[in-house]
Amino acid sequence: MAATIEAPELLVGQPIRRREDPKLMTGSGNFLDDIRLPGMSYAAILRSPVAHARITSIDTTKARNMPGVIGVFTGEDLADVNPLPCAWQAAGVENNVATPRLLALGEVRQVGDPIAVVVAESVYQANDALEGIEVDFEELQAVVDSREAVKPGAPQLHENAPNNIVMHWTCGADAETVDKALAGAEVRVSQSVANQRLIPTAMEPRGSVGLYEPATQEYTLWATSQAPHVHKLVVAAFVLGIPEQKIRVIAPDVGGGFGSKIFVYFDMPLVLWLSKALGRPVKFFEDRTENYLHTTHGRDHHTDIEIGATKDGKITALKVSTLANLGAYLSTVAPGVATTLYGRMVAGCYKIPNIHVDVKGVYTNTAMVDAYRGAGRPEATFVIERACDLVADATGVDPAEVRRRNFIQPADFPYDTGIGMLPYDSGNYVPALDLALQHAGYASLLEQQAARRANGGRKLLGIGVSSYVEVCGIAPSKWIGLSGEGWGAGLWESADVRVYLTGKVSVTSGSLPHGQGHETTFAQIVADRLGVPYDDIEIEHSDTKGTPFGFGSYGSRSLTVGGTAIYKSVDKVVEKAKLLAAHMLEAAPEDIVYENGKAWVKGSPDAVKTIQDIALQAHVAYDLPSGMEPGLEAVTYYDPPNCTFPFGTHVCVVEVDRDTGNVEIIKYVGVDDVGNVINPMIVDGQFHGGIAQGIAQALYEGAVYADNGELITATMNDYAIPKASMLPTYELDRTVTTTDVNPMGAKGAGEAGTIGSTPAVANAVVDALSHLGVKHLDMPYTPERVWRAMQNGNA
Amino acid sequence: MFPNQFEYQRPDSVQAAAGLLAADPDAKLLAGGHSLIPAMKLRLASPSSLVDLGGIEGLVGIDAAGTIAIGAMTTYAMLRDSRELSRVLPMVTDAADNVGDPAVQARGTLGGALAHSDPAADFTAIFLALNGSVDVTGTNGTRTIGADDLFVDLFTTALQPDEIITSVSFPAPDSGTGMAYEKFRHPASGYAVVGVAAVVTTGSDGNVASARIAITGAPSKATRASESEQLLQGKKLNDESIAAAAAAAANGLDINGDHFASEEYRRHLVGVLTGRALTRAAAGM
Amino acid sequence: MATTMTAPGRVAVRMKVNGVEYAADVEPRLLLVSFLRDNLGLTGTHIGCDTSQCGACVIHLDGEPVKSCTLLTAQANGAELTTIEGVAKNGEYDAMQMGFWEMHGLQCGYCTPGMIMTANAFLDRNPDPTEAEIRHALEGNLCRCTGYQNIVKAVQYAAKQRSGGAMEPGPGTDLDFEHKDVIEHAPEDLQDWGDQLAGQEER
Repeated sequence: MAATIEAPELLVGQPIRRREDPKLMTGSGNFLDDIRLPGMSYAAILRSPVAHARITSIDTTKARNMPGVIGVFTGEDLADVNPLPCAWQAAGVENNVATPRLLALGEVRQVGDPIAVVVAESVYQANDALEGIEVDFEELQAVVDSREAVKPGAPQLHENAPNNIVMHWTCGADAETVDKALAGAEVRVSQSVANQRLIPTAMEPRGSVGLYEPATQEYTLWATSQAPHVHKLVVAAFVLGIPEQKIRVIAPDVGGGFGSKIFVYFDMPLVLWLSKALGRPVKFFEDRTENYLHTTHGRDHHTDIEIGATKDGKITALKVSTLANLGAYLSTVAPGVATTLYGRMVAGCYKIPNIHVDVKGVYTNTAMVDAYRGAGRPEATFVIERACDLVADATGVDPAEVRRRNFIQPADFPYDTGIGMLPYDSGNYVPALDLALQHAGYASLLEQQAARRANGGRKLLGIGVSSYVEVCGIAPSKWIGLSGEGWGAGLWESADVRVYLTGKVSVTSGSLPHGQGHETTFAQIVADRLGVPYDDIEIEHSDTKGTPFGFGSYGSRSLTVGGTAIYKSVDKVVEKAKLLAAHMLEAAPEDIVYENGKAWVKGSPDAVKTIQDIALQAHVAYDLPSGMEPGLEAVTYYDPPNCTFPFGTHVCVVEVDRDTGNVEIIKYVGVDDVGNVINPMIVDGQFHGGIAQGIAQALYEGAVYADNGELITATMNDYAIPKASMLPTYELDRTVTTTDVNPMGAKGAGEAGTIGSTPAVANAVVDALSHLGVKHLDMPYTPERVWRAMQNGNA
Repeated sequence: MFPNQFEYQRPDSVQAAAGLLAADPDAKLLAGGHSLIPAMKLRLASPSSLVDLGGIEGLVGIDAAGTIAIGAMTTYAMLRDSRELSRVLPMVTDAADNVGDPAVQARGTLGGALAHSDPAADFTAIFLALNGSVDVTGTNGTRTIGADDLFVDLFTTALQPDEIITSVSFPAPDSGTGMAYEKFRHPASGYAVVGVAAVVTTGSDGNVASARIAITGAPSKATRASESEQLLQGKKLNDESIAAAAAAAANGLDINGDHFASEEYRRHLVGVLTGRALTRAAAGM
Repeated sequence: MATTMTAPGRVAVRMKVNGVEYAADVEPRLLLVSFLRDNLGLTGTHIGCDTSQCGACVIHLDGEPVKSCTLLTAQANGAELTTIEGVAKNGEYDAMQMGFWEMHGLQCGYCTPGMIMTANAFLDRNPDPTEAEIRHALEGNLCRCTGYQNIVKAVQYAAKQRSGGAMEPGPGTDLDFEHKDVIEHAPEDLQDWGDQLAGQEER
């Protein structure tokens, strides 16, 4: 390359500190509850104190006359408004869909079901007036456990769903084939496992602000949202029947989501309806108890596993039968999480010839269950990774070795697991396993464990290995768009890249952040690819006015789908810039070289047109090539050809207090492969937080319902979100196996930590107790549960 | 959530505060407010008026020369950071550092903790084990209530409705005294699932001259493990005697259970933690 | 008897917040966090729970970290308060803010104001803490995004800066990253890949 063209200093791959941070670390962020509009009024929700009842009467007279009250409304007032839709109706969900209404009409089916809304001048007054509403109930029997709900004679939640069954879904080989393979297996193990219910607990609860402007008939909704365009579409077209062009949805700064802010909730259409009815902007911001009672929960599977294997630990058959508790109604994408995102991933990293998965979705008198960080893949990984350890236990083969013997090999990719998932794009599982074992000091740990067991120490040592593969970039129309499988629509993403006259750049994206640093990562990509200074690039998002439609941020898809849309738009801008540069340099377009923001004619690097020169020319537009439009901008709508499949191995080492059952993680190693990394600092941060949530499931968290449907863990006083002192230091490393599904070779990193970590901790705790005869233990590993296992195991 | 409405009064003397309490049976005292205000926000408590003790002088301070006297409005943070207290009652400073979190420690008060008698509080057990006493003032004057008489039941003390704790006293420990508080912390609330405070004094013969062991978290009020104390009396404090005392610690206790820790498990923990507290106390003599 | 009752059902309060004097008549039940956010417009102090667990609302009251959701505005009468908005001075971020930025100690940023306030008060009391002491000091501040590792590093960074030392900017990564097992798939294969997938779908 000629001397005048300096080598580009690439930003991709650099741990650049985040451009999002200054406002957030100074208190200048703008979260939902920070929004203040002139004339704002405040909504409070009267919620059901009982899990299942007919509402026999509601008297709002007293509330209406309380200080500051502007309006009180019940389900009757909203009878004409459609219920919320279930957008992802997996196979088998047809005539038994039951979704929530904005306010209950006639019947409540979970504690926390919204019954009435009060709007008042202040949020204090709105809450006061809730005590002025009198509701009479005729209580009905409740059922909270999916295993009970499907039994004959169980309380029935919905007339159109006999036996409380939402759907019955299967994948893989037929059951008879797999039964036969199991019957013929040298070693056969079966185990029932629970994947307990979790509460996502974004630190910012959910809320909505609605504004209706009569003069223009326009609605604006501010919402704690991971998917504002989807919320706009659903609220406008499916719930309120508003013309779609008349509604604008804005996600302000969003304080974490972890899945729980993907969905359409009752308050989104409700605040718009109220604003129109009352002529005032209306804010609703749930408190933490409301968040725990009624914002979606995650997981809650009961699964029977049957595994067949050879004596040397090769898995020959796997049969999985799951009851998935979906709560009182179907949330927006609930059936998809429990089926295709779960069942089609149970093969994990392994070549398993005979797999059959059977899933029944079940209604119960509990909060709706939908995607929570990992969404189906944590449940699948837990099943297969516990299964690997059960095979290890039954065959005497080391757990790490069981994994190694069953891994899909590098030459097998793209690899079709045979259970209906798109083929795994690329992978090389052994190096990550080896590296994780090496960092953990696996051989030495095994020796220490043997020594401790020999001298009867009071601190039991356990070592857990978990190898995972997960599916990222939840989007391809050829999978997620298939009817009976997905949404009936591809979850494509969009991006508009616009170079202004001054050479500064705006990028609008349908992907949006709620903590992941999209603005920084996307700007790094654009800076490198377009060759403009990083600080000249603005990333715009989260407002449906001004950004092209996109399906939002979840499923570890922002970079691989949204980022690819940006990447492709940049390439289109560069193509136009090259055409214009050719015109400016009086050369043929095919002779133009474009690198690092500069264009020149091949062989003549002294005459350079910068992207800024070209942008100016494109906008003043008096000397453009014949037929070229002014401006320098490109839009891409991107439907990826496949998903991406990051993988890795995590090793967890625990000490169990023989006297109290307390579990402490003394070492945690994660070796992950997410393909190419744009910002390693941000990717590490995603893994830290992901692993923390995965550990939290294993050791601390679990939503507990009483038999009558009362949520016992309804506050942070009871539901144990881990504190700094309850989590270990994470030692991370990476291997890099690129993908050619997208041009960046990146795979996605938002959920992998959660998916890989829970089974590593579970396997470590069971391993610590294995010499006492414990083969499996359900999570969370609270001290009492572990203590009891030691008592029983010892007996 | 937000509290219901109430009257707010900020008297400048204890007598005036007692008068306000006497005048309104639904009034509540506000000290640090870290139990009361969360309960009011959840509308589990809706007092008609709050009598804020924050405007009364003379209720804050630590005097550790001789008998240890601590003002009722002294916060956990002050206990935690007191060097003189850490020399004479190290268990108190350690425990204060493990109540809630630093923000709770900055507002929560010793007098408030004792008057509230939360079954999972730390300082009820510490107060019992250290054989403390409280000075109280009511409309009928002042009196002193000893450790063994203060806690009556769940959230119930021997205080009359108009009585206010003004100071908390602990006898200066004799030489040869060791003390430790062992807490099994609830992972969410930070309260004691079980807490055991042990204070043991050995005489010149090396035998236990006095032992006070108090349990919190498990029973409905902080309670002494009398049988364990008696087992230790006159014995050498060693692995064997500690094991015997630990094994007896839960005897006779009425123990609560919940979804996180059953009665049986808490009973077990009482023994384990009693053993640990005594072992640490022995090491600190 | 001296009480501060003014109009029936109202309390007169005066306080200095971030160096500015304020006076107001408020309802006795008005929580301090509501006063800061709604009356003074200082919305950097957040509400994340009802039970004083999460710490998103921590501010300094006369130099001590307190949970402003568990205090009545009336209790802060006469006090000097500092909120997250008062931490940076003359547009200069303080050492803790720089620590959070440099060490990637925040993701969604909702817990961050409370974290910074708690951590600053902690370093005032313990300028040279161990990692365990830092984690213990954060007992009342929940973060759901970071898993705390980089928050601990942020506090360590600030401790170093405050004592005149300097910490390498940027967290880099946790171990070295020289281990790469790259399977090369050139981007040009993209089209073939799509075709290949399409073929498989038809099978």
